[in-house]
This record gives sequence, C-alpha cells and structure tokens, in this order.
Amino acid sequence: MKTHADTDTTLQSESPVMEKEMKRDPVAALSETSNTNGDQPMVRFAGVTKRYGALTVLDELDLDIAPNEKVAIIGPSGSGKSTLLRVLMTLDPLTSGLIEVDGEPLTHMRKNGALVPASLAHLRRVRSKIGMVFQSFNLFPHMTALANTIEAPMQVLGLSRKEATERARELLSLVGLADKCNHYPSQLSGGQQQRVAIARALAMRPKVMLFDEVTSALDPELCGEVLNVIRRLGEEHNLTMLMVTHQMGFAREFADRVCFFSQGKIIEQGPPQQFFTSPQHERTQQFLRAVREAV
Amino acid sequence: MNHFFDLQYAAHILPDLARASIYTILITLVGFAIALVLGLVLAILRRSPIKAVSRTVGFVVEFIRSTPLLIQVYVLFYVLPAYGITMSALTAGTIGIALHYACYTSEVYRAGLNGVARGQWEAACALSLSPWRTYSGVILPQAVRPIIPALGNYLVAMFKDTPVLSAITVVELMQQAKNVGSETFRYLEPITLAGLFFLVISVTFAQLVRQLEFRLRLP
Repeated sequence: MKTHADTDTTLQSESPVMEKEMKRDPVAALSETSNTNGDQPMVRFAGVTKRYGALTVLDELDLDIAPNEKVAIIGPSGSGKSTLLRVLMTLDPLTSGLIEVDGEPLTHMRKNGALVPASLAHLRRVRSKIGMVFQSFNLFPHMTALANTIEAPMQVLGLSRKEATERARELLSLVGLADKCNHYPSQLSGGQQQRVAIARALAMRPKVMLFDEVTSALDPELCGEVLNVIRRLGEEHNLTMLMVTHQMGFAREFADRVCFFSQGKIIEQGPPQQFFTSPQHERTQQFLRAVREAV
Repeated sequence: MNHFFDLQYAAHILPDLARASIYTILITLVGFAIALVLGLVLAILRRSPIKAVSRTVGFVVEFIRSTPLLIQVYVLFYVLPAYGITMSALTAGTIGIALHYACYTSEVYRAGLNGVARGQWEAACALSLSPWRTYSGVILPQAVRPIIPALGNYLVAMFKDTPVLSAITVVELMQQAKNVGSETFRYLEPITLAGLFFLVISVTFAQLVRQLEFRLRLP
C-alpha cells in the first residue's frame, strides 16, 4: 500500500520553506494548494494547534494521510493522540490551523475564493465522510443494536427504513452480530457493544474511520474479537483508518504507518517494521522500552 | 346543629363537587402540559452558548420560582388589565400555574439533560445528526426517563396548588366546597369530601406516573 509517510517527513522536516509557510498561515497555504495536487491526501492537518487554556495539546501539527492508509497513533498519555481524532471529528474546536478531508476543508468553507468558517450544513456534510468509534462505545442505550445502526443513515443520508435496515443487517452480520439485532446495549458484552459501534459508524459509509482506544475498556479476552473485526475491515474495505492504540502488536501488524506523539507533536513516524525495530528518536526508544518492560 | 358527618347531605352535594373536581383536573392537565413543553424550552435555552440568553432565562426561572404563585396569578388577573391585557379568571389561573410550574420542570429537565453522558452528545455529533434529532432522538429519551418521578411529583403538587386559583375567582374544587359550605353553613361535609377528592386524584396521578415510569424502563 502506498503511504504518505515520505510526504509527511518531507512536509515536517525536509521542506522548511513549506513548514514555515504552514506555520505562518495554514489557511492561506491550504487555500493555495488544495485541489491542485493530483496525489491528494484523504486527510490533511495543516498547522493544527489545540490549546486548553495555557496547555498546548496539539502544537502546529502537519500531517497528511493518504487514501486507504492505515495509521496507528501511539504515544504516552496526554500527548495529544485522542485530541487529534477529536478535532478531526469536530468534537473539539481547533485553536488554529486547518483540516481538510477528501479535498474539502472541514472547519472552513470556500466562499468567493477565500476560506471562511464553515456553516453547520457544510460541517455536517464533510463530517459525514468520517466515522468514529469511541473507547466507551457510546451506543444509544435506549435503542437496540439495529436501531443504533439505522439511526444516522435514515436521519442524515435520508435512507428509507427498509434500505437502512438492510444495510444495518449486513453490517451487523459483518461484525458477527446478526443474531443480536434486537438486543439493547445493556444486553451485550463490551466486545459486542464495540462491534455494534463499528457497524453503526460504517453504516454511514464513511471514507475515514477513527478508532480511539477502542479496546481500552475491554478485558483482554474481548479485545481479540474487536481487533479481528478491524483487521477484516482493513483487508476487505477501502477505508482510511486512524487508530489511537496501546496495542503495539496490533499496530505493528495492521498499520501502514506508525506516528509517535509526544507533547502535541509527531516526534517520529514511519513504517511499523522500521519504527518498532530501529526507532531513531530517544523519546520513542524510551517509550518502546517502557512498553516492553510493562509487558 | 349536627356535628357528625351527615351522609345524606354529603350525597346531595357530591355531584357539584365531582363536577368541580373534573374542572380542577382539566386545569391541572392543561397547565401541566404547558409546563412540560415550556419547561423543556426553558431548560434548552438555559444551556444556550449565548450567555445573554442563558442568563436571562436563568434570571426569569429564579424570579418565578422565588415568588409566590398567588402573587403571580394576582398580577395576571388583576394587574395586567390596567395595561390592556384582560383574560378570564380560568385563563389567567391556568397560565399562571403553568408558568410557575414550567420554571420548576425546567430545573428538572436541566438535571436530566446534565445527567446524559457527554459521550452520547459526541456520538450524535460523530454521526452528523442534526441538533433537532440529537435532542429528540438521542438526548431527551435518555434525559426524561430518570426524571419522570420528579415530574410526577410536580404534577401532584400542581394539582394540590389549584385552590390558589380560587383567589382570582376560579371555581375549582376547593372554591366549590367553600361555596357549598357558605350556603348551608355546614363545612364538615364539603371540605371533607374535597379533601377526599384531592387524595384520590393525587394517588391516581402518582400511580399513573409510576406505571409510565415502569413502561419506559429500559431492559
């Protein structure tokens, strides 16, 4: 699979001119470059900064993710991994910078040739290209597995109940829960709930899937069933995936690229084989050593 | 004068009191329906990110909750006509009691909305649901279930507060009992019967709310 790891390295370190331009005015920089590049990334972060008060969680982050690329995001707690997914899903507003999804600005929109803050309609339209699976599942407890899965396709995509139900049944079958359609979340195990959450996100036919520590709330026995579903998705579907994970083994086996976050920046990134066997940065080496010792 | 409960006299005045109790129930149900809707609107407005809106609504809610219902219905019925706003005693009474309890129910809704996990809002956002659908399909069904007992309490409290409306000449159950008593100078039977009506209807309301709570319970 072709990755944008090289492009990113170039963007971040080998092309200081470009980096400075992004830092100076990422909105203007993206405005100029968008839709002119034939090899367009599926997701682009340009000079993205996120601050909570005095705390900088994402620090002028630049990152391109290619279509169908599987990116594992790892790093210590508080390094900004989950925040990266949250700003991409627009759950948290950006402090500055710009995000582009499938060639379209996410939090901005083009108006008379310039980028202006996005309207709610634009935001919802572009956001519907992204699906997210949460650590704590976040299924709607008053709806069955089937109702959870048909809700957004009917309400957002305008599918009829019949069409949405057909799609939902296929997806629940894909995640191995064809027989649990009429079960409420409280009647399902954690692993089953997480698989319903994956089916629910997939029902919107997203181009990008975000997985935010999806196995962290599960006991080790149940992790496998969720990871197997994600593995199958990666193999059988053309999906761009960003996965925040502490499962180093899975990241190594599944991802096309691993990004190591520390203090709101990508300290190191590369293909998993290279990243895990010969990490270059001292902080990465220290982190991987700590992970090995913990295991 | 007979100081014992006269069953024959009680049976004689029963139809008048029964009619008044139906009137009282209707005032309560209409008032509570308004309070339920208005209370929800107030609760949602109080969560508005626009501070001017949330603070204004907060002030209005606190003001109405902190002043007696009697003063509010007096203002509606006796003060507003001086400014050209005239309404019947029944309308003024129903609006007054509805507004008063809307402020209480708004606080109950607020607690219910605050009780919905943040992840539910985030999941709705991640699925690109509209704000309307987020509220109607995701948040409210979860927020309302746990607050049904509290809303039920206010239904009963509102019913028991309807005698306040007699102060603006609304002939509800208590006023009817007083009217009967003042005609015959026997208060034992009408007041006792009015009390019994209040008891039976309040218990019935409470029972219905409990059934609703049970029916909406999640597995």
